Amino acid sequence: MSGATAQTWRDWLLTDTPSSRRQAAWGRRYRLWRDFTANRLAMGGLVVVVVLMLASMLAPVLAPYDPGIQNLANRLARPSAAHWLGTDELGRDILSRILFGGQVTLGMVVAVVIMVAPLGLAIGCIAGYFGGTLDRVLMRVTDVFLSFPRLILALAFVAAIKPGVTSAVFAIVLTAWPPYARLARAETLTVRGTDYIAAVRLTGASSFRIILRHIVPMCIGSLVVRVTLDMSSIILTAASLGFLGMGAQPPSPEWGAMIATARRFILDQWWVPTIPGIAIFVASLAFNLLGDGLRDVLDPKQR
Amino acid sequence: MATPRLKALAATAASVPITLFGLVLVTFLIGRVMPIDPVLAIVGDRAPADVVAQVRLELGLDEPLYVQFWIYLGKLVQGDLGRSVMTSHTVVDDIIRFFPATMELATAAIIIAALLGIPIGVLAAVKQGSRIDHVIRVITLAGHSLPIFVLALISLLVFYATLEIAPGPGRQNILFDDMVPTITGLLTVDSLIAGEWEVFWDALAHLVQPAGVLAYFSMAYLARMTRAFMLDTLKGEFIITARAKGLSPARVIWKHAFGNIAVRLITILALAYAGLLEGAVITETVFSWPGLGQYLTISLLNADMNAVLGATLVVGVTYLAFNLLADLLYRLLDPRVR
Amino acid sequence: MDINIQNLTIDFPTAQGTSQAVRGVSMKIGREKFGIVGESGSGKSLTARSILRLLPDSAIVRADALTFDGIDVMRADESAMRAIRGRRAGLIMQDPKFSLNPVMTAGAQIEEAVRAHTKAGRREAREKAIDLLAQVQIRDPRRVADAYPHELSGGMGQRVMIAMMLAPDPELLIADEPTSALDATVQAEILRLLDNLVSSRGMALVLISHDLPLVSHFCDRVAVMYAGRVVEELKAADLAHAKHGYTRGLLECLPTLSQEKRRLNVMARDPAWLA
Repeated sequence: MSGATAQTWRDWLLTDTPSSRRQAAWGRRYRLWRDFTANRLAMGGLVVVVVLMLASMLAPVLAPYDPGIQNLANRLARPSAAHWLGTDELGRDILSRILFGGQVTLGMVVAVVIMVAPLGLAIGCIAGYFGGTLDRVLMRVTDVFLSFPRLILALAFVAAIKPGVTSAVFAIVLTAWPPYARLARAETLTVRGTDYIAAVRLTGASSFRIILRHIVPMCIGSLVVRVTLDMSSIILTAASLGFLGMGAQPPSPEWGAMIATARRFILDQWWVPTIPGIAIFVASLAFNLLGDGLRDVLDPKQR
Repeated sequence: MATPRLKALAATAASVPITLFGLVLVTFLIGRVMPIDPVLAIVGDRAPADVVAQVRLELGLDEPLYVQFWIYLGKLVQGDLGRSVMTSHTVVDDIIRFFPATMELATAAIIIAALLGIPIGVLAAVKQGSRIDHVIRVITLAGHSLPIFVLALISLLVFYATLEIAPGPGRQNILFDDMVPTITGLLTVDSLIAGEWEVFWDALAHLVQPAGVLAYFSMAYLARMTRAFMLDTLKGEFIITARAKGLSPARVIWKHAFGNIAVRLITILALAYAGLLEGAVITETVFSWPGLGQYLTISLLNADMNAVLGATLVVGVTYLAFNLLADLLYRLLDPRVR
Repeated sequence: MDINIQNLTIDFPTAQGTSQAVRGVSMKIGREKFGIVGESGSGKSLTARSILRLLPDSAIVRADALTFDGIDVMRADESAMRAIRGRRAGLIMQDPKFSLNPVMTAGAQIEEAVRAHTKAGRREAREKAIDLLAQVQIRDPRRVADAYPHELSGGMGQRVMIAMMLAPDPELLIADEPTSALDATVQAEILRLLDNLVSSRGMALVLISHDLPLVSHFCDRVAVMYAGRVVEELKAADLAHAKHGYTRGLLECLPTLSQEKRRLNVMARDPAWLA
């Protein structure tokens, strides 16, 4: 019975002759989803990303210990039944710290994305829509920021304000927006001259309304792919800042900072700095695989 | 034919001073938002008030921001980036001392990356969809996902501590310190010029590990770009022509397909080289490599702002120069835009 | 030299199963001028390219027989195929803009073809290339030899292509729509050149085109393909007596100078042709 229903749904979605716009749209989405699920690496990435998100959100429930509780009698312990991933130089449970560290890392990523995507989108759409001098000035500013290596600009910026999670987030935003602005500008330029924008303008809509309601939605698709692919580089930059002592500060269980404090044990208790390293690697790889798969589906040209 | 090309070149050339100006402005502004008082950093926080005021006046810190920027620019043009509080040398002297080590590291890394990454990319494209393609895809994706300091630490653990085949951190064995005169600042080159083979081998041995770690990330990037370019080119009709001529597969792939992407790859290579500067900051920190990156991070931790801004500016300018070089090479070498 | 194709099928895997591009084609070609006519998608190019085994990797090829001068093309190893490609059979494609290597000079591309199949040295190959360019009636062969493809006109590019394929003196030339991308005035010139070169060298020619009268003008025999099948094969001279509906349809769609017609016929496709 349920098999038959599923079959009917599939037929409805995959028909060559959809009878409504809604059916066509859902059919297209279903085909994209089918292409995406066929890519096993990308599906693996998606699963890992979801698991990581859940694990760090549920860290207070899942973590066997308080990540800050020290036990100097049991420092640098090997992985065991009591401490699955061992303990660090202050006897804190590494597994618990990794779980709570996920909150810090993924939290930074989310914060950066929430700021950088609208910022880049706004600058790009305004530059592309109004053109002329404004466009030239904005694009020149974009070029200046693009001509710094990201990490180094972020380092200098954080050093000037005050090392910490908040300034690290702002520093990454400062270095990450230019590609988004370029992307949004390119999309805007292709839409700007179209007849339907001219038609909207004839109805007396304001520029603000046109950009917000008619141009921004056109840029969202390519922006999503870009954001997903950028996630891993945001993770790496955040971790690098932490490692260099400019991001999250100890005793915060941020993964990069954990490695920085534990790096002197690499030769003897190698697992202590290596485990947070693996965590960064897994998170970053998962986002890369997911982004790669999304791009293949949404933008087959760039394969 | 020549006019549009010249116009494009002129546009590129014209954009350079503007970008450069922006670069200087950004570093200047970063330096001015910092909460650390530059006067106190110089005279110490127990100095009497009149001394503080005196120094403040000398540094032009009472002037409005745009006048300060003008003073900063004027000094910059004379090659004055201020004095490092930490080393007590001028920042320019420090940069001249540390920059060659970074260039040596980055150059070694780009050579390794190109020698590995480009053939891997070609192989992946030729065998598209095969098992080897998937393996290469995972290897290169790992290169985009692994933090460089983790790879560096693991490399130290494996090659230095466990297998004992690599020398430890640093640029050379302390026994060889100052044995060869500094000419280019590149230790491998200077030791060759001096004919000191022992120093050369030691320097090379110290170079291989950090360069290899640094190279992995560029290798991943180069391999991915090469694969994408090759896939695109292999679809071309002229590839069928080349095969129809009865050429060997090797010749079809290397002479015809690769010949078509070589110029684009040179551009990518220049961009990758610029990108290495970023990785060098972390690699140098882990391997105690006495280059600009280590100078930058130590200055950061000591809030030595003149040094930080000077190093940032130099890295920015180098980055810009390589981007420009990539653009110029492309225009000069490709017969289609000639 | 003879080509024997028996019951050739070429499939391509797609998301929705396989698509059949060629569905049981048989033909025998000797030392003659043989035309293959059909609309785009009829499988004519794929059929011709299968003789040289130059199909896309994803193609699934099956045949009862597919031989070039007795050599089994289906089973020959890659080096045996390379001995055929270029050396014994050349291929000319539609648009020199895409079929010539954009970053090699015209001369270098011809020299390469010379040196791939003879022991000629660099200088000897260069002389041969210039000689070949002169043979395809290029007035300034030395200048053209040093030019890059984007600096040549379409007609010039196609002459370079012909020179390149004639370099090792092959027995067969496959010309896949050799003039479709060219200006109408240049088309006739190129075809006449091709015809002269093939006739004077005693080569076989397989001419692929969508233009039935043109093919019948230059060829001895013509095979008409439709939807992956040969629907009719006949002597060019007997074209007027064509039996198959599609062939007749093609002929009737054409304007003539001798009879006045108000409106050209539109092809009425019979679903039975697909069977």
